[in-house]
Amino acid sequence: MSKDIKLAFVVHRPPYKSENPRLGATHAMSYQTVEILLEDGQTVTPTLCYVGDGVLNCLNNQKAMELYGVTSIETHIKNCLLVDMDVLVCKEDLEKFGISESRITDAEDMGADKKLQIVPYSEIKKTIDTANHLLFF
Amino acid sequence: MDIKGGIMGTLTIGCFASLIGSTNYDFAIKLAEAAASKGHKVNLWFSGNASGSPTKGQKHLKDYSTAEKYLRALLEKGVEVCTCEACSLARGVTKDRAIEGVQWNAMHWYLAKIFESDRVLHIGGE
Repeated sequence: MSKDIKLAFVVHRPPYKSENPRLGATHAMSYQTVEILLEDGQTVTPTLCYVGDGVLNCLNNQKAMELYGVTSIETHIKNCLLVDMDVLVCKEDLEKFGISESRITDAEDMGADKKLQIVPYSEIKKTIDTANHLLFF
Repeated sequence: MDIKGGIMGTLTIGCFASLIGSTNYDFAIKLAEAAASKGHKVNLWFSGNASGSPTKGQKHLKDYSTAEKYLRALLEKGVEVCTCEACSLARGVTKDRAIEGVQWNAMHWYLAKIFESDRVLHIGGE
């Protein structure tokens, strides 16, 4: 029987201070392989949402590999875009930090069609309201 | 998870908190135990710092939380416990050091369990 479960991955912590934002992106990304454990017609649809301090994860030109020797959060976000995941960033929280759109990452260099979507919080709330389960990172 | 009519539900707990450093981990274990005791199906996923916890040979010092005896009890009750393999290996936890019965898998295990769950409680890391 066909069934889809919607999951909202809400990242509210800043990058690198803890492992949580990275795990938010990687757990969302694992929807790509979950089907091996599900029946035919069963799907998981994730939406990755960045709010509060979490919007800092979306900055471009992150230097995590150079500074910490680890993959950047930016790379994980790009990979999410590359597999056409919806990635939403709270417009109001970006404005609060004075972050312009030009400082937000995209995955054009990797050939992704999908763009990171800067949306008002009301849009993120709709995603949260319609999700079957919420996962906060 | 309507227990009024005697219908048991499925609860999946994602625990990302470290065993020592907060009581979030302890809460996850106690909740899993309580739900399993009521007859609910319980799945427990360890990722992040929680993935360092399912090791055997833990010494229970009274100033510190401990996991081994509680995890063994949960496994006895039929709770499915799974740790993120990459997270565990990165913390030096290898299968030969892990508690027998704890599963090793990737993050899609958690998503698959969420898929079949009535309720999900995601306990984030510090």
